[in-house]
Parts: sequence; C-alpha cells; structure tokens
Amino acid sequence: MSTTVVVGSSVAGVRTAQALRTEGYDGRVVLVGAEPGPPYDKPPLSKQFLSGARQAHEVTLLTAQEAHLARIELRLGSAARCLDVAARRLRLADGAELAYDTCVIATGAAARPSPWPVRSGLHVVRTLADSAALRADLLRGGPVVVVGGGFVGAEVAATARGLGCAVTVVDPLPVPMGRLLGPEVGAHFTALHERHGVATRFGTGVEAVTGESGRLRVALTDKTVLPAATVVVGIGAVPNDRWLAGSGLLLDDGVVCDEFCRAVGTGDVYAAGDVARWYHPGHGTRVRVEHWTNAVDQAALVARNITRPEHPQPYAPVPYVWSDQYDWKIQIAGTPADATRHTVVGRLSGGTARGGALYGDDSGRLCAAVTVNWPRALVECRRLLAGQAPFDTALDRVDRLAARAAGRPGATR
Amino acid sequence: MPVLKADFGACQGYANCVAGAPDAYDIDDDGTVVLLKERIGAEDLPRLQEAARSCPVSALTIEDA
Repeated sequence: MSTTVVVGSSVAGVRTAQALRTEGYDGRVVLVGAEPGPPYDKPPLSKQFLSGARQAHEVTLLTAQEAHLARIELRLGSAARCLDVAARRLRLADGAELAYDTCVIATGAAARPSPWPVRSGLHVVRTLADSAALRADLLRGGPVVVVGGGFVGAEVAATARGLGCAVTVVDPLPVPMGRLLGPEVGAHFTALHERHGVATRFGTGVEAVTGESGRLRVALTDKTVLPAATVVVGIGAVPNDRWLAGSGLLLDDGVVCDEFCRAVGTGDVYAAGDVARWYHPGHGTRVRVEHWTNAVDQAALVARNITRPEHPQPYAPVPYVWSDQYDWKIQIAGTPADATRHTVVGRLSGGTARGGALYGDDSGRLCAAVTVNWPRALVECRRLLAGQAPFDTALDRVDRLAARAAGRPGATR
Repeated sequence: MPVLKADFGACQGYANCVAGAPDAYDIDDDGTVVLLKERIGAEDLPRLQEAARSCPVSALTIEDA
C-alpha cells in the first residue's frame, strides 16, 4: 500500500489529506503537525477568536473523529525536522522516521518576527496561542499600538477597538492599502479606521519599542512617542521552509514548484499553501500566495494530481482574499498590481458602504476587483476574471447589479 | 442520493463555493448562498465536496439521504 505523508497541519495540509480521500486515494494518509492540539483555522485568530465570539473548539479544522472516519492518521505534536528526498523518508523532531511514497509540504508561514526585543506585551498573531495571549493583554485594557496597516493589522485594530481599547495603527506608507489598491481606493480604508475612532499614524515608521507589558513606549521616526499597554506587530509572514535546507529541494522564499505544484527536480514531492512557490501558467512566473482560499484550492489540486498522476493539471487560480474590518466585508479578486486604470462603482464610504472598484490592465481586460459589503458583485467579478472579460463588459455588468440593488437604474455612479 | 445543505445564517458570502461549483451554488443580492440544486449524482460528489469544504465558515454540508 502506498503512503502519502502530508507535512503541516495548516489548512492546506488538512484539506490535502481530506481531498485525497475525496478523490478516492486508497493508500495511507499521514498528517504531521508541529503543534500538539487539533489542527485549527487561522482567519478567526485576528477576528472572532480574538474578540471572544468563538472559542478554540469552534476554530478546529479537523477533529480526531473526523480524521478517524477519513482514515487520516494524525501525527501531531512533533515538527518535521528534515526530509531525505532520495530515500523518501521524513524525520521528525522526536526522532521518529516516516517512509513515504508521496510527500506534500504544507508547513505554512510564520509571522515575520518583531525587530524589537521587548520582554512582554508585544505580540504577533499567527497561532492560536499568539491570539490567546494577545486577547489576555487586550482585556487588561490600556492603549494599543498596532504596527502594520495591512490585513492582519487592520483586523486586529478593528477587534481591539470592538473590545473597547484605544487603538493607534502605525505604518510607514502614507496609504497602506494604497499599495495594493491604489491611493484613491486605499484612502477609503484609512477613513474606515478613523470613522471607528482608531487613530492612524501613516507615513511614519517605528524606530524602537521599549519597556514592558502595560508600560511600553513606541518611538516613531517623526520623533514622537506613543505610550502603549500592548503592541501588536503585523508586518508580514515568512514561509516555513528552513527545515528543508539540505533536503536537496530548491528553495527560494518557499518551495519552488512546477505548474503542477510538484517540487522541481522531484516526481513525488508536492507543496501547497503559504509555503509553495509554484509556476503560475497564467502569470508566466513563479508566485507564492498567503491567502486561505489559495491554500484550499491548491490542496484540492495537489490531491487530484497525486491521485491521477497520468493526467496532471496545472494550477492557475484567480487570486481571492477577504478581510472583515469593523462594519466592512472586504473582498478582493484578481491582481490589482497589473492595473493601468480603475473605476469606482457604488459607495465606498460610511457605515452603509456598498460598492467596489474594478481594475483594468493595458490589454483592456478586467484584471482585479475589490468590493465592500457586496458579495454578489464580487462573485460576478470572479466569473468575469476567470473568463478574461474585457474591462468595459465587466463594468457594464457590475453597473447593472448596482442599479438592480438600488432599484434606480443608472443612479449609482 | 447525496443532498446539498446550507446553513444560511452562517453564510458570509465569501463565495468560494460558487467558484468551485457554479452549477450548484450561487450568491443572491443580499450576499447569501443559494442552492441551485438539492440532489446530486455520485459522479459529482468529489467536486461538490471540495466546493463545500472551501467554505471558510463551514456553512455547507453534503448529507446522505
């Protein structure tokens, strides 16, 4: 009987193991995880779990019983230590060795560590334990400084504000979300913080963080100092690929894979999720994506390619990510970085915002869309993106949706 | 025959299901999932199971009936 070892109890790892069974894989499936508890989902760690709306057991991705029913052998509590590609063996930190016929690397990414050596009160948010520790500090009260105005920083700021904290978000970019969405649309995201009483210090870097929990001082590049009880650092993530040094696998900010998500130079090692840098045939380059939906989609594709190796499918997804901040449900599809123009539809300001922006590239096609509180339009845009629709066609469709929603043809723009 | 189920209260309109199985799921103007069919054939089960599992809030299930 053949054995597939899935390394990493991330959503990519769990979904690969489950999808192998769904696809009819009949061999052994072993899921290896560094953390001792059941695999859990990460999006709630900056939102519902941090706020207390959901408990730990409500963010579990795979219970022991579900694993048993799907014949997934759980090997939790011991990190993968090294991979011997030639001998097809995986060694764990506890000394155990697992032989495999196929290996899937799904070890995810870790929070980029804080550059400031502070003993207590400074947090990153990546694991369940991180989020629980931050929650305990937020509940003690006192001002909170969030370093980083990206998705994680903005979500933590919104949650902390919801818990009653005074919150300031600091980011060296003048319009943090502008890097992704352009300055005009990005400005609406800055206003979102301010409308909810969260202060922003954008265009300002952090020079140092000193002190300890309850009595921290955040020194900014403009020479002002923010006192803080708690500091949260959300400055990105780094792939967990260091354990593969010496494995012979090609690493370049992630495991380098072909279009079928196979590690280059191998026939029996795959990667999925945050740790995978694969050749995206649609973009014509290697990309690494840290979004939940990518992890799930890539996991399903890897499971298919393992189960049906004679007909491997290339992986060319349309990127999709969501973020829930305050009273906004934000959804982004496609690649806004490719845009040469954009058009706003509907309304992107205020508590009853419902709108979006469509982005077009220099070939005249729709290349991305962002929507706020408007899932219907986002669904339409994902379809249009998958079909490589012209920008004008897409704009017309979304305009019609807006008119239908407003009940007043043509009144939304 | 497997039957599609949805927890309409849990649905947040993330719409991964629509991308995975547009023949079975859609999103309405209020941002809530719509089931386009109820009973599905065994040959569609793997694809629809993966679409259901792509829901970030686990609002979708497929039950045996």
